[in-house]
Amino acid sequence: MELTQEIRDKYQPVIGLEVHAQMLTKTKAYSNDINEYGAAPNTNVSAISLGHPGTLPRMNKQTINYAIKMGLAIGSEIAEYQSFDRKNYFYPDLPKGYQITQDITPICTGGEVVIKDAEGNEKGIRITRIHMEEDAGKSIHDIDPFNTLIDLNRAGVPLIEIVSEPDIATSQEAYDYLTEIRKLVRYLDICDGNMEEGSLRCDANISVMLKGAKEYGQRVEVKNMNSIRNVQRAIEHEIERHIIAIEKGEKIAQETRNYNALTNETTAMRSKEAANDYRFFPEPDLQPIRVTQDHIDKVKEGMPPLPNYLFKRYTNELKLSEYDAGILTDQKEIALYFEEVIKTTSNYKSAANWVMGDMKSYLNAQAIPVSEFQITPEQLGELVNLIDEGKVSHNLASQKIFPAMLENPGNPEKIAADNDWLQSNDGNEIEGFLDEVIAENPAEVERFKNGEKKLMGFLMGQLMKKSRGKADPKMATQLINKKLG
Amino acid sequence: MLNSFASVQEALDSGKSVSDILEHYLLEIEKNKHLNAFLEVFEESARASAKEVDEKRAAGNAGKLAGMVIGIKDNMAYKGHKVSSGSKILEGFESLYTATAVQRLIDEDAIIIGRLNCDEFAMGSSNENSAYGKVLNPNNEKTVPGGSSGGSSAAMAAGLCTATLGSDTGGSIRQPASFTGTVGFKPTYGRISRFGLLAYASSFDQIGTFTSNVEDATLLTSIMAGMDEYDSTLIQEPQKAYSIEAPKEKLKIAYIKDCFNSEGINPIVKAKSEAILEKLKAEGHEVAGVDFPYLDIMVPTYYVLTTAEASSNLSRYDGVHYGYRAQDAEGVEPTYKKSRAEGFGEEVKRRIMLGTFVLSQGYYDAYYTKAQKVRRLIQDKTKEIFKDYDFIISPTTPDVAFEFGANSADPITMYLQDIFTVQANLAGNPAISLPLSEDENGMPFGLHVMGASKDDENLLGFSAYLMNK
Amino acid sequence: MEITNDLIEHIAHLARLEFNGEENERIKADLENIISFVDQLQKVDTEGLEPLVYMTEEINVLREDTPAVTVTQEEALKNAPNKDSDYFKIPKVLKG
Repeated sequence: MELTQEIRDKYQPVIGLEVHAQMLTKTKAYSNDINEYGAAPNTNVSAISLGHPGTLPRMNKQTINYAIKMGLAIGSEIAEYQSFDRKNYFYPDLPKGYQITQDITPICTGGEVVIKDAEGNEKGIRITRIHMEEDAGKSIHDIDPFNTLIDLNRAGVPLIEIVSEPDIATSQEAYDYLTEIRKLVRYLDICDGNMEEGSLRCDANISVMLKGAKEYGQRVEVKNMNSIRNVQRAIEHEIERHIIAIEKGEKIAQETRNYNALTNETTAMRSKEAANDYRFFPEPDLQPIRVTQDHIDKVKEGMPPLPNYLFKRYTNELKLSEYDAGILTDQKEIALYFEEVIKTTSNYKSAANWVMGDMKSYLNAQAIPVSEFQITPEQLGELVNLIDEGKVSHNLASQKIFPAMLENPGNPEKIAADNDWLQSNDGNEIEGFLDEVIAENPAEVERFKNGEKKLMGFLMGQLMKKSRGKADPKMATQLINKKLG
Repeated sequence: MLNSFASVQEALDSGKSVSDILEHYLLEIEKNKHLNAFLEVFEESARASAKEVDEKRAAGNAGKLAGMVIGIKDNMAYKGHKVSSGSKILEGFESLYTATAVQRLIDEDAIIIGRLNCDEFAMGSSNENSAYGKVLNPNNEKTVPGGSSGGSSAAMAAGLCTATLGSDTGGSIRQPASFTGTVGFKPTYGRISRFGLLAYASSFDQIGTFTSNVEDATLLTSIMAGMDEYDSTLIQEPQKAYSIEAPKEKLKIAYIKDCFNSEGINPIVKAKSEAILEKLKAEGHEVAGVDFPYLDIMVPTYYVLTTAEASSNLSRYDGVHYGYRAQDAEGVEPTYKKSRAEGFGEEVKRRIMLGTFVLSQGYYDAYYTKAQKVRRLIQDKTKEIFKDYDFIISPTTPDVAFEFGANSADPITMYLQDIFTVQANLAGNPAISLPLSEDENGMPFGLHVMGASKDDENLLGFSAYLMNK
Repeated sequence: MEITNDLIEHIAHLARLEFNGEENERIKADLENIISFVDQLQKVDTEGLEPLVYMTEEINVLREDTPAVTVTQEEALKNAPNKDSDYFKIPKVLKG
């Protein structure tokens, strides 16, 4: 059946996302074995995370701080009194046979994650709750044909689970929502937001309803999407599947489905697995927690400025374009670097260009983080000022001074002076060079005089070569026009 | 019989070494093998420890418990040694760490001589539920030593150790102490770390002691108790050494009338317990009967809550990472089901089923939440009594040790063995069984004394007073 | 209350236990007996009572985020019923 736009437009998709984010604490949620990705199997474990007989959990205070940060970042309410619950089920990578989670008292409730809708307007995706829990180990099915291999390094790693209201209306919004969450957790340094490595995971709840209908359609859960793009694709596929079924008069089964990235399809998981009575009850081995306002305030003090705040600042106050503001705020390290640069220069646009252009390209090419960038924000700001003051041309700055600063970071004006790169405003000297150019390029000069004004670039280039890049371009242009006009 | 620390110290003073003392116990254990109290004797490590302790004594820096030889219940982790909780499902399992309480004793130079038989996963009142056979009561080998700490109590009664450790969830130290004529002490919940105690019911379990006298129980408890970063459920107060002094003032002692009037109480138990109360009255203490009409509901409350916690605590025994795995199970689910069905005994399975049931959807509120509310009622009512009284006295058990098989027909008659002891676990109070009486055949039975929450020191002081009169 | 075979099967599955034939009859009878024993709780008036959940008054019992290595890979795998040098092994479901 062909799914026309007309048919699609009859329906409203309703999507809610559950995101699990692994916390970047040094140790696990309930034991102090090391929390680190990529270690040799079953080396980051302890008797506690192995679920050995007689062991008891020990709550990591840092998980609480990280969860509070996330809650503050999205405007949630932080619960003053909280406790833990056991979620009971059997799975080979769940050593205790239960997960210690927060069922009744999530650490955060409410709040919203702001994205843009299809018209470009701000849309807040409401958050139902955020709670703390622990990760399970890893089951590996494809190494040994007869056995599943189990690695418990990940068992006990602290997670926060972020549950959204079903406010997401399109697969694009889902993509943007996840992108925003990833940006936030990285800004806060609480999670490295890597879906491919599994530090950020997402399950989707999807249904469709006829526009204007009073009741939601049948909801389906989709799992096993290992990138933000795949979440988008899976949702698109599900929406289509639902619409087609409904149009055909078929029923949508309430079930959990697995997404297959290779075929771009979802298939039903065996229903017995999905239907589980978790028998939640209060965790008797952990005492309740009380989070005071003081504690929350302390956590708040330690938080960096957030991407949305910075974005608004850059567009409203600094008058940068939304595009520029978006790139600058995409990564916290870049934004913070930029913040420092603009302490030295007030040419925000130029500073932004240098950061987004020359600096970012270099970092990408070298595959190094901002923290390893040799040029200090002050130095970059000084470079911007140098160009603004007319002491060097942008070209020379980009092609000579910047690379020199990469080799030997230092004050750009000094570097330019040492290398005799400071722009020449000496009209006589420039005229002298121009005369040489005219003498050496009679054909082009003739063509230029006859109207091929685009040869200005060529003539300028020749003049720049003669002057070793130091001729003031404005003055040079004036001279050329005057002489050859 | 070297069954007290005082007698051990006497032996040491008279020139014996710790190694000599250890050999004495090893011989006694061998002679009493038929009791089946010990599942394993740690000869090698005990002998090595004894040597070390003797060296430390010679150097003058031995710990407070040098000379003490202690047996631990088979549900306590001891690094490099096996532990099985009386179950087949942990056969061959070796601990990677030592329980905090045990480590604290070792740090004071006590020697851990072996692990003691018990009802499987501490579920039982007679040690008839052990996967490794029953334990005989040294007082009358046709009778049970009590449970679940049957091995610990029998070993103590037979003089096989200076002291033994047990665990008490509903009476599993006190009831066996009553049956074997030993002192069985359970401290306030949250006094002794549960880290390393194989969990049965997390909000009920406590490690405690079997000794022949209250002084030894006090010494051991002082050393084991106190904050431990590995157990979050402890009372967060530094532990001081208990000093037991005889009560200075006249006491106000309550006895629960409903206990003394309960159906099924042996008339001799009733009479002799009452006689003790009379003596206390004669000594000038105030002794009054109080009503506590909740006897009927305490055991059901206990069973709903402990089985619920146990059903979750025992989920880790799944045949995957350690313990018994059924052979030729194809796939994960059959591995779970076969391993657990074959590895667990009947009583454990019954309790797991009940626990799972009361936590399951549709029944949680009516059973689990309800039982939590009744527990609140019981704790409140117990606190009320302690507003007016210092201690609550009752018999520990309705009768003396029964014969093997006597209570096996109906699980519930076995459950009712705990009827007098379970209150202390429900409310979290400290309690002790004191071997103050015998029946006409010389079979011991205990007097049960419960103290106010956190009032362990005074309870022990009063107990010493009762024992030494 | 009546304990049906379906209920036994459901609870046993949740608990990953299995009972065959006569065992099933026994556990059914046992559960019926025990459940009617604990049903006595229904007659207790608990109006206005908060469930008792924690046995001490302590809160915020937390630890620092400081790592420690306490167990080697060998120790971690030591008690495993089936393993290789790196992993725990559990038999796969054979497709079907």
